[in-house]
Amino acid sequence: MSVTLKVADRLTAVTFLRTVVLLVTAASMGLVRAVVPVPAEDQSEPIAVVGAIVHVGNGTVIGNGVVTFEDGVITGVGSMSDGIDLSGHRLVDVQGQHVYPGFVMPNTVLGLEEVGSVRATQDVLEEGDINASVRSAIAYNTDSEFIPTQRFNGILTAQVTPEGGLVSGYSSVMKLDGWNWEDALLQVDDGIHLRWPRLRRRDRDEETGQLEIIDNPEYEGAVQVLNNLFQNAVTYTGDPVNLNLQALQPVLNGAARLYLHADEPREIISGVRFARRYGIADVVLVGGRQALQVKDLLLEESIPVLYEEIHALPEHTWSDVNESFKMPFLLTDAGLKVGIGGGGTSIDRQRNLPFFAGTAAAYGLDRETALAMITRNNAEILGVADRVGTLEVGKDATLIVSTGDALDMRTSNVIWAFIQGREIDLYGTQQELFERYQERYSNRRD
Amino acid sequence: MKTVRPIERFRNRSLLIALLGVTAAVVSGPNTLFGQDNFTPNGVADQRRDAFAFTNANIYQANGELLENGTLLISEGKIDRVAADGEVPAGYFTIDLTGRYVYPGLIDIYSDYGLPEPEQASDNNGAAENLFASERAFYVNDAIKSQFRASSVFSPDAESRKSLRELGFSSVLSFRADGIARGTSSLVTLGDERANQAVIVPDAAAHYSLDKGSSVQSVPGSLMGAIALLRQIYLDADWFSAQTPRPYTDESLEAWIRNQSLPQIMEVDNWQLALTMDRVGDEFATQYIFKSAGDSYKQLELIRDTGAALIIPIDFPAAPAVDDLVESDEISLAELKHWELAPYNPARLAAAGIPFAITSKGAGDEFWSKLREAVDKGLPESTAIQALTLRPATMLGVDDRVGRLVAGALANFLVSSGPLLDPDSVLLENWIQGHRYQLASDQADRAGRYRMSLAGRSYEIDLSFNKEVAEATLVGPDRDVDIELARDFISLSFATDGTGNRTRLSGWPEDNGWRGSGSLPDGTPVSWTLVRIGDNADATGSGSDDSSTGAPGPVLYPFVAYGRESLPVQQDLLIRNATVWTNEEAGIVVTDVLVRNGKIAGVGSNLPGAGALEVDGSGKHLTPGIIDEHSHIALFNINERATNSSMVRMPDVVDSENINIYRDLAGGVVAAQLLHGSANPIGGQSALIKMRWGRPPQELLIEDAPKFIKFALGENVKRSSNPASIRYPQTRMGVEQVFVDAFTNAQAYQQAWDNYNSLSVTARRNVIPPRRDLVDEAMVEVLNGERYVTAHSYVQSEINMLMQVADRFDFNINTFTHILEGYKVADKMARHGAGGSTFSDWWGYKWEVRYAIPYNAALMQQAGVVVAINSDDAEMSRRLNQEAAKAVKYGGVSEIDALKMITLNPARLLHLDDRMGSIRVGKDADLVLWSDHPLSIYAVPETTWVDGIPYYDQESDQRLRDEIAAERARLIARITRDAPTTPADDSAEEE
Repeated sequence: MSVTLKVADRLTAVTFLRTVVLLVTAASMGLVRAVVPVPAEDQSEPIAVVGAIVHVGNGTVIGNGVVTFEDGVITGVGSMSDGIDLSGHRLVDVQGQHVYPGFVMPNTVLGLEEVGSVRATQDVLEEGDINASVRSAIAYNTDSEFIPTQRFNGILTAQVTPEGGLVSGYSSVMKLDGWNWEDALLQVDDGIHLRWPRLRRRDRDEETGQLEIIDNPEYEGAVQVLNNLFQNAVTYTGDPVNLNLQALQPVLNGAARLYLHADEPREIISGVRFARRYGIADVVLVGGRQALQVKDLLLEESIPVLYEEIHALPEHTWSDVNESFKMPFLLTDAGLKVGIGGGGTSIDRQRNLPFFAGTAAAYGLDRETALAMITRNNAEILGVADRVGTLEVGKDATLIVSTGDALDMRTSNVIWAFIQGREIDLYGTQQELFERYQERYSNRRD
Repeated sequence: MKTVRPIERFRNRSLLIALLGVTAAVVSGPNTLFGQDNFTPNGVADQRRDAFAFTNANIYQANGELLENGTLLISEGKIDRVAADGEVPAGYFTIDLTGRYVYPGLIDIYSDYGLPEPEQASDNNGAAENLFASERAFYVNDAIKSQFRASSVFSPDAESRKSLRELGFSSVLSFRADGIARGTSSLVTLGDERANQAVIVPDAAAHYSLDKGSSVQSVPGSLMGAIALLRQIYLDADWFSAQTPRPYTDESLEAWIRNQSLPQIMEVDNWQLALTMDRVGDEFATQYIFKSAGDSYKQLELIRDTGAALIIPIDFPAAPAVDDLVESDEISLAELKHWELAPYNPARLAAAGIPFAITSKGAGDEFWSKLREAVDKGLPESTAIQALTLRPATMLGVDDRVGRLVAGALANFLVSSGPLLDPDSVLLENWIQGHRYQLASDQADRAGRYRMSLAGRSYEIDLSFNKEVAEATLVGPDRDVDIELARDFISLSFATDGTGNRTRLSGWPEDNGWRGSGSLPDGTPVSWTLVRIGDNADATGSGSDDSSTGAPGPVLYPFVAYGRESLPVQQDLLIRNATVWTNEEAGIVVTDVLVRNGKIAGVGSNLPGAGALEVDGSGKHLTPGIIDEHSHIALFNINERATNSSMVRMPDVVDSENINIYRDLAGGVVAAQLLHGSANPIGGQSALIKMRWGRPPQELLIEDAPKFIKFALGENVKRSSNPASIRYPQTRMGVEQVFVDAFTNAQAYQQAWDNYNSLSVTARRNVIPPRRDLVDEAMVEVLNGERYVTAHSYVQSEINMLMQVADRFDFNINTFTHILEGYKVADKMARHGAGGSTFSDWWGYKWEVRYAIPYNAALMQQAGVVVAINSDDAEMSRRLNQEAAKAVKYGGVSEIDALKMITLNPARLLHLDDRMGSIRVGKDADLVLWSDHPLSIYAVPETTWVDGIPYYDQESDQRLRDEIAAERARLIARITRDAPTTPADDSAEEE
């Protein structure tokens, strides 16, 4: 037993972190750091988080539990009474606090976009309809200002995804810590993103000036483009070399997933049948606002849903007011595997991922199931469940500690985060600015 | 005196044929010289006196009664006499109308006949703004086209007047649908006259709308901008007309002033805007006639209370396409219900005693079927006829000339085979200015089944008419017969067997059919007869049988999903044992709350609740209702584009039927400030509303609410997202100058009025009062502290700037909204007395929010600023309790203070805290009962009361959902049941 850190019961994350940071950084000089926090050092000693309420991420909760990890890998998970060997471990005593697997954010432009309204800061959307060969990983900016804000709420893994066109290219799953994109890779090129064309679209009626929903005149053409692409990909021999057709091979042979982005029932049906026609094994439905209407098809085809629009208005004026809040429950109740994403919202709001899950828990789901939707389920859906998503022996020590329920903003207070055992600096620019002005106004109080 | 007697009847309708034949012979068409001495004919002079006596007719009188066996005398295009005595003076050619009906010619009071189609302005979004009016001696805004006179461009259009005549119209009010002030319309007749005779009243009415039409000027870009422009031109015209000579030339204002004496016709898109524009009319002593959208049935009483006459369309919507399940989901309940109820609109207006005229606009060829549908739905026939004759004539003040059959009026009348609205009646003739236009085919009455006798054989032939064209079929083999029918001739050809070889016949009419000669397929000459033996087998039953559909569904308030037939009522309540967040000294206590007459009447244990409804609050939390300080829900438009839009008023464009009101209630929101957008440094005037779901717009507005105006700074007002923008300001430097300039002007304006008002009464007679300017007046209100400022702002520099401007002009910035860098200058805000209404955690979506931090609320509060957390977003608005909880997470604000950020603090910022925002005796009973701790993500509102009225609660929500599902199912079943099932109709269409 080398060092024991006792965290006071209601100590806020910030005050605590400040203490840590004051010891090790230049923050004591009162400067806003010009860059984001320094990537963490490799785990140098075995660590045991003890006394915790351990949320495994698969539905189980262990009261008064312990999680041990060494060299970035979980070595023990259980109750304090299980007799897990703590010798030689640095003990982190978090009595009564909550340990969770790091949350997994699917389908995000994190690291690809910095300021939504400034074009120069965007590497999200490549020109053209077919971009099977483009890869998000190489554009991922480990120094994005958004990364610390997501980690602050417990998001430690993200599927960084290109947008636009019909075939947007490859996403990669990134650890939200690293010196550069190569360091940060958890799973490179995990899948291709296919955005099924819209059957209908909004248009302004030329005579009345009213917005109306019309049949998309480009739909059939777009579907034809996709069919041609995949037909050519199936018969592709490599001669002549075609980067897009080549890029589709892993999807066709089961080495990469096909992420089908679709919301409308008929588009979902068409997209799923399309994928099956070309023998694509692993299909994930992303978005799926109206997936409930085609649940039988999705069940039959074992297609999971990444549902993104929880904090969204209902689909129709006459819909249940709480429709979006209830949807994860309804989809789960229908037997589908559901992950919760945030890609439908702007990047600054995605740090609310745990609260999307919390809202789902307020509307039908039990809390551990809701939690699983941003941990285990997302990890499974993205194909990284062997590494992250649950607190189980052999997996990466990618986990967080919150003083309270991390799915409720009222109690969420993440004080520790580890990515592969590396202790993450949660203190970012926003915290630093807070401290600076808190101090300024404290000194000036009349 | 010559009398034309009908030739021998060949059946009960034979009179028609005779009549048509004779009159067609004597009337050769309009005499184009009539009444115009300076016209030089191309030939010899052709002056005549047309004079006719129509006898034995059923003549429709202005009181709605029929004069039986009446006589109508007309000459030279006018009516001389309508009498019961049958006396026909010498000089009149008599036409016997026994069995016929005569009605005043129909008037379409909303037409564009004979006028060029206005140009369409293209949407210039993303392009440079068009800041100025075109270079003409007209008004400063191109949407004002009061100088336009329909008579100056009117040119008869032979094709459209023919189709209007065929519908029964003899005159129309023609206006050009272009602009907010559209100029004047002309009353024109639809005869073949030259324009000189056709234009009866050159300037018959003045027309208005809220659509700027072909104007490419950027301003106004919104409904409230259009309304503000109208208000301003009334004021400008007052000032302009007071001056002789005029200070400058403005043909639009001159025309505007002239046009005020005419009937004023205002086109509105919905009943809510009708109410708004009626109030605007009241401000300027103007009663508009409203061209409505056919939705008045949704709020009959309020429409009646305007005292306005209406022009209503009868272009009832076609049944929505519901075959595809996904696409039918996109159809709103309102659209489905409107489909069902729209045909009842005329009947309900009539029952409510609201005067209206009917236009065929939009209905086109379906005019009669739609009109008959309205009658089927309960519109009295007499009201329907009035709405097309006397009512429009009265509205225009021309009922001495059109709209009724009286001496001196134009000889505009219809001859019908039966009562006008009988489904079997046929419009026979349309007389316009004394000239006859034949409508029905003069053969139409010959439809029926005939026996063909030909070369010793006999066949049966069915003769029918499709759009005036004869069609015939050989009965039995059901083979088509080629037929051509003229008054005096007939030709037929048909094949009697499957060879395709045809018998060809031609002949002439007899009383009971035709006879003639022809040739068999082999060339053998034959004689033949065609003798009527009865009606067509399928002559009846083509109309849809609508009687089985039953009563329509109820009108809902509001007329959308989650509307109700009757609104929830105020209850006296006793909420027992809830955990009560008082926002007062008492803090959070488990206690009882008594509500009486919409106010909080008691807070404490064991309150006597005599007669009050008891609500068990144990285990639940009761909070003051949430107030969203910054919202844009329930508005028809958000942004006007003028740099200074202080004159626009959001209360003019509140949409009380917006579903987000109900959704807000479901999230515990009871009130909101509906703000103008941030497209300009000085935006419009706010609407402060309570979520009184189901009430009309005026009743949503909070009574005696303080006045607010939106200011905005930074990227949005610089139009940063539009690289083509040229509108001043383009920098924060310019933004400051906009404010300094506006307030400097306002001071000068105030000074000018002060000077004027200080003059003696006699001295005032010798000066022109200053021009009233609605922009300046709003700015003066700000200077005088009568209108509070809510300023959209982000970065510290602009925050300090605006406070300095305010200090310089000696007023206060009430609220900085968004204010994401407020934390950097919160001490200065506190000193200035400005509040901060912020987002909980938004940042990074544009450059100016790079240093937004979620600790902003906590830091501003720490510095002594009154802090609110707002939504600016319809979705977030319903989760504001979660947003407040983030102030606990980010910065450690106490839970009591966090809840105040969405209740009491916004009430303070809105100066409504004397009546809202806390649970204190005497305050409004705007309350939310939560299932859980109100800052917890697991908390769900169970009941939301506004003024003690439970506008939302979980039980009634469930009931409403069930009702919506049932009503949708009923309506969709009706649509699918009503779908046409006769393939014969389709095939006829294809030909």
